[in-house]
Amino acid sequence: MTNESMTNKVMTKKSGSTVERVNWPATTVLVLCAVTVLLPLYVTVSMAFKTQGQAVDGNAFSFPAPLSLDGFVQAWTLTNFPVGAAMSLLVTAGTVLATIVLAAFASYAIVRNWERRLFRYSFFYLLGAMFIPFPVVALPQIQLTGRLGLDNPFGVILLATMFQLSFSVLLFTAFLRSIPMELEESARIDGATTWQTFWKLIFPLLAPMSATVGIFAFLYAWNDFMMPSLIISDPAMQTLPVRQNLFQTQFSNNYHVSFASYLMAMAPAIVAYLFTQRWVMAGVTQGAVKG
Amino acid sequence: MSSISTPATTSGKNRQTRSSQPQSRQTQSPQNQRRKRGVEPIFYLFLVPSLILFTLAITIPGIIGIFFSFTDSIGIGDWEFIGLTNYIAIFSDPAILQSYLFTFGFSIVTVIAVNVVAFLLAVGLTSRIRMKSALRTVFVIPMVVSGIIIAYVFNFLFSNSLPSLGTAAGIPWLESSLLANPDLAWIAIVLVTAWQAVPGALLIYIAGLVAVPGDVYEAAEIDGASKFQQLVKITLPLVAGYVVINIILGFKGFLNAYDIIVGLTNGGPGTSTRSIAMTVISGFNGGDYAYQMANATIFFVVAILISLLQLSLTRGRNAL
Repeated sequence: MTNESMTNKVMTKKSGSTVERVNWPATTVLVLCAVTVLLPLYVTVSMAFKTQGQAVDGNAFSFPAPLSLDGFVQAWTLTNFPVGAAMSLLVTAGTVLATIVLAAFASYAIVRNWERRLFRYSFFYLLGAMFIPFPVVALPQIQLTGRLGLDNPFGVILLATMFQLSFSVLLFTAFLRSIPMELEESARIDGATTWQTFWKLIFPLLAPMSATVGIFAFLYAWNDFMMPSLIISDPAMQTLPVRQNLFQTQFSNNYHVSFASYLMAMAPAIVAYLFTQRWVMAGVTQGAVKG
Repeated sequence: MSSISTPATTSGKNRQTRSSQPQSRQTQSPQNQRRKRGVEPIFYLFLVPSLILFTLAITIPGIIGIFFSFTDSIGIGDWEFIGLTNYIAIFSDPAILQSYLFTFGFSIVTVIAVNVVAFLLAVGLTSRIRMKSALRTVFVIPMVVSGIIIAYVFNFLFSNSLPSLGTAAGIPWLESSLLANPDLAWIAIVLVTAWQAVPGALLIYIAGLVAVPGDVYEAAEIDGASKFQQLVKITLPLVAGYVVINIILGFKGFLNAYDIIVGLTNGGPGTSTRSIAMTVISGFNGGDYAYQMANATIFFVVAILISLLQLSLTRGRNAL
């Protein structure tokens, strides 16, 4: 937040004094770098709109002529896109909500009872997962979720949430410590219970941190391949990223279909980012520097 | 980052609140009543679900994994304790040693590439340029794209587009796919991983650069320092803390490399680009469950050592 406002200040200062010259060499270099970033995305979009004939002609950078939606039509049915999208949405929404609520609950309990050993030790216990990468516990988790009937999107929600919990609790507790107790005490004098205080006072105050935590959980859950591919046993319940491996084994020459499919799986996250970029940038900066 | 320092600060704060309590006791604040009665049950309700789920999802699998690393289990059926046999075998297993060598080498190269590029981009993006916010928007996009999918896209570019460009330009080593070359495939993995990891590091560097006061540069300019000297002698030392953060966060992430490698080479050609994570996961179908659990346990110890290094390096940098 502060960084963002500082950037703005710097920017207004500069636009105010227009006598300062623009650094054109730097601008040129950065634009060229931006082209490198956009190139693979451009190829994805242009390939997706090509006809099968044009997609295999070997020139990935050509503009689609004529424009064809054939790739999307085929990808829609081949990957069973509606079901894949529903599974991805379920996993993402579940992980984001569960992470925010569980981490906020736990952090509030921990910070308000810090003087008690159980809560203090719980903090370090929950933080422990920051040192455990998923591959380390993946094999037993695959077995365990299988035995408990959690080899489905719900198992992924549970595991993804638990891996996000450490970092989220760290962010929430740091923020909660900065909220003055007086605020809460006045609410209590007015007769609010702890439950009401949490939902009516604390949770709204946590909103900026919830946004950060939610953005990280969203990006992880929507884009992850490793965990759903290992945990979800029924291919019909797979998320969108995992469904794309279809094009590595079968249909590997229908480039227009595979790229249309990639585009449909990537687009929601990119569009969501373009609309919320201010938050995403502030959230990532905050998360990385504090976490 | 500051996880070590946070408890200290809180206990300090708590001491303050506690010492201020006797004075406010007369006012009979509800807070004091609560403290006297002990913990409100609802706080257990807030904390316990997380503790139970966390134990179920992470702690128990971790313990099970370590336990079976001392057995000859293949994942199902009977098993026997075999002591340290798995661990001893791992240290002379060329496939596993190769995966460690590859993963560490790849991580070191990628972390250097990412930080050099991200730092220079951040310097550029905080200088007097046009289209500042549009450029920043573009540079962050790779962060929100799925690793496996962008790896598939790059896979196509590396195996189709780049060779045809190489043929057209007459560059021999580009004429065949980079991904099919056991000696060069890792470069493709570094490129794609860096492509995706630069935005995260970039945003952190921008935050660091924005915090550097402008008058430092004015003073340097008056003293006749060139732009390059300012960059190396002023900017770099002032954002050193951010460099440490980026290097460690990046390195820890790259050690777990999986999605992008699966999408690009799937560990090939042969096993030349198989990461540690991919080797461990191979124990899922390969019948060497217990053996790969021993491997995972070693990997866990490595992860802990790196985290300890992280804590000791960032301990004095709470100002961040």
